[in-house]
Amino acid sequence: MAKYKLQVNGKNLEADVAEDTPLLWVLRDHLGLVGTKYGCGIAQCGACTVHLNGAAVRSCTLPVSAIGSSKITTIEGLSENGDHPLQLAWDEVDVPQCGYCQAGQIMTAAALLKQNPHPTTDEIVGTMHGNICRCGAYHRIREAVKLASTKI
Amino acid sequence: MSTVNKSRREFLKLTSLTGGGLMLGFSWFSAEAKAPVVVDAAGAAGSLGFNSYLSIATDGTITILSPNPELGQNILTSFPMIVAEELDADWTKVKVLQAALDTKAFERQVTGGSGAVPHSWKRLRNAGATARHMLIQAAAKKWNVPAEELTTSDGFVINSKTGNKLSYGDLAEEASKVEVPKEVKLKDRKDFKLIGKAVKNVANKDIATGKPLFGLDVYREGMLQAMIQRPPAFGTKIKSVDAAAAKAMPGIIDVVTFRNNVAIVGKSTWEIMKARKVLKVEYEKSGNIESTADHDNIFKTLLETGTPTVRRKDGDVETAFTSAAKVVKSEYQCPFLSHSPMEPMNFFAHVRPDGVELVGPTQVPAAARSDAAKLLGIPEDKITVEITRLGGGFGRRLKTDYSNEATELSSILKAPVKVTWLREDDMMGGSYRPAVRYRFEAALDANGNMTGYKCRGVGINSGNPTREDNFPSGAVENLLIETVEHASPITTGAWRAPITNFLAYAEQSFLDEVANAAGKDPVQFRLALLQKAKTTPTGAIKYDIDRMIGVTKLVAEKSGWGTKKGNFQGFSVYFSHRSYVAQVAEVVIKNNKPVISKIYAACDCGEVVNLSGARQQVMGGITDGLGHAMYSKLSFKDGETQQKNFDTYRLIRMRDIPEIETHFVDNGIDPTGLGEPALPPTGGAVANAIFKATGKRIKSQPFTDDDVFKTIRATQPKTIQPKKAPLPKSSLKRTKVS
Repeated sequence: MAKYKLQVNGKNLEADVAEDTPLLWVLRDHLGLVGTKYGCGIAQCGACTVHLNGAAVRSCTLPVSAIGSSKITTIEGLSENGDHPLQLAWDEVDVPQCGYCQAGQIMTAAALLKQNPHPTTDEIVGTMHGNICRCGAYHRIREAVKLASTKI
Repeated sequence: MSTVNKSRREFLKLTSLTGGGLMLGFSWFSAEAKAPVVVDAAGAAGSLGFNSYLSIATDGTITILSPNPELGQNILTSFPMIVAEELDADWTKVKVLQAALDTKAFERQVTGGSGAVPHSWKRLRNAGATARHMLIQAAAKKWNVPAEELTTSDGFVINSKTGNKLSYGDLAEEASKVEVPKEVKLKDRKDFKLIGKAVKNVANKDIATGKPLFGLDVYREGMLQAMIQRPPAFGTKIKSVDAAAAKAMPGIIDVVTFRNNVAIVGKSTWEIMKARKVLKVEYEKSGNIESTADHDNIFKTLLETGTPTVRRKDGDVETAFTSAAKVVKSEYQCPFLSHSPMEPMNFFAHVRPDGVELVGPTQVPAAARSDAAKLLGIPEDKITVEITRLGGGFGRRLKTDYSNEATELSSILKAPVKVTWLREDDMMGGSYRPAVRYRFEAALDANGNMTGYKCRGVGINSGNPTREDNFPSGAVENLLIETVEHASPITTGAWRAPITNFLAYAEQSFLDEVANAAGKDPVQFRLALLQKAKTTPTGAIKYDIDRMIGVTKLVAEKSGWGTKKGNFQGFSVYFSHRSYVAQVAEVVIKNNKPVISKIYAACDCGEVVNLSGARQQVMGGITDGLGHAMYSKLSFKDGETQQKNFDTYRLIRMRDIPEIETHFVDNGIDPTGLGEPALPPTGGAVANAIFKATGKRIKSQPFTDDDVFKTIRATQPKTIQPKKAPLPKSSLKRTKVS
């Protein structure tokens, strides 16, 4: 066990955990940030996607000891009032079905738009292909990312 | 319409809410209903367990309770929409709450069988209409005018003569004193303002901002966490447990063995996961140890020699086949599938001396409670069940195994505990879609008419793998439907559109084969059979012929069936649960392989409640049906699943989706359900389109295991391109994603 100082959503937080603890479980079990979801634990489904210095990472396989001073953003910190263009587009296009994967979908898309604010449909699909939606809401996810890209 | 006990004013109840307000308690949904319970401020804020659907606060806020579990079918939006429609509420002011289990207040708090809206349609409309009636009466009294002169709109009662308005909030107190009407007039559908419109999911913002909505998000003060090591192979049981090393791991509180479970109990998920790695459990044989290769042999043997159960027999099948001009015979096979909802199984239980608290994602909260009561030997009224949002279900959460485990573990530990399944636990843990093989035979006369039809289904723990009264039953004079069951230790259960999720593919592909053998257009072939079922039915007809014809014609029209050049089309139509869906799939050849470019769907689910939600169910159902037909397979080696997670168990992803075009039949029939019916037709439509494009008939799932996706050539010399490139790249290779 060791104390890790983490910068999460602009706050300095501390977690006393083993060094190999994945960020996902630090967030959920120790920091009370449960918006980041567990889906597979092997970086295959994308439900656990968060940002590390703005880039999308799978938190289920990222050990806390590898984070250092990197800035972490979770779905809870994507915007102050839930009004990130993607969050608004998710409502506008009425994307969610069960909703479980959507935080990961939004975080993956947000990292894409940060790097490439006006992606082509091919680029959207290429990026979002890594996130599974078991309800099959892919059409609307694609549409919402496209819509958000016009508002940035 | 339901009746109300006139002797009691049981319908409305006045009570204080936060900041002053009124609770209109509705209780006519149950014969046992009593006067509604007074709800305090905490109750108004969402502490459930009272006997009502609807409340109105003095500020005009309308709170509607939705009793059925929400797993993505959008019931949390569509139920309140139905109430609000008849109430003439201002939808923007409606507040929705997920009800806890309350069998006294609500009937059928179940999500399954595409049955919630069909079951509750009239009840919910009556709930809204009755409250509206009472609000009008209150206004009439206040203004001293006849009620007939008053109308309602967006949360106001309006005097049509004077234009005066009173808000529902202002009227709620008076309305609560009005006699409960025995009967109320429901709206004419032409006056619907909400029903049939595209209304957004009420939970969108909570979902998009990561609010703790799901079972896995439940964390309580003093709560322990646990994972359970279950037998890795079906047909095995625990021989010995050595928990010493696991117990010594950091953060581990206890290791508990019960039934065939070894529970590792600790403070945090990761510590438990690490302790699991050093837990030593030996297993021994307790039943048959089966592999997929065994199943393949069992299927073939039982198709030949099994003792069948006859499900339906019409006419003289033997003569029909001996006198046939042509016989078509074909076999189809479908593998086991995992439900794999994105949220793995989990449940929270707190067994206290004075009662039990259960919280979690379940499609059947009443069954979770009755099982817990039996398990603990206590009365059901000592147990509360809070229904969280479900991160998918697909039938997996119709089982109570995972809530029972949590209940039992909490009673052993005498502590609150949340049991979490890893993805691997979920995929290896059973309750799969059963594997089935079918043999179909059709007898054709010299004119290509189908005079005989046989289907024998062999299922592994499938129950009846046929739907003997579905089409084409009734349309063929000589028909035999029979089944053979193989009992296996591998556990199975209802999987979205049970049975029909694979039967429809097999049957609709076979009918395509028969149409081809008869030299007939597949759509015309079906329509002729349906016409025959209508004019000269054979035996009982248990589907609505006109609705089936309706969707068939609609999808043919919308897809330009038979008129398109350059796209290969496949047709399929299926009746499941209570609704009818026809689909046309279009396939193009790209890089020498078939690519599914578009799927058209025509749906008759009766009245569409929420157009946005309905489209989602159709698009999602088709995507689900396509994905599992194309990519997914759960196979076994020595009783253990060979796929344990999403690296080897392939689910459909964004690059794989075709364009989907959805149409609904507008016929005003009461809703007949849409959570499942769009799924069954997809596999058949796609397989039939692939046949058109390649000449190859795919006879087992997943389709991508077929050579057609490896080495085929187009039946036409020229590569056909879609009109619009729908999606980048071929989606048909297994893609490893990281």
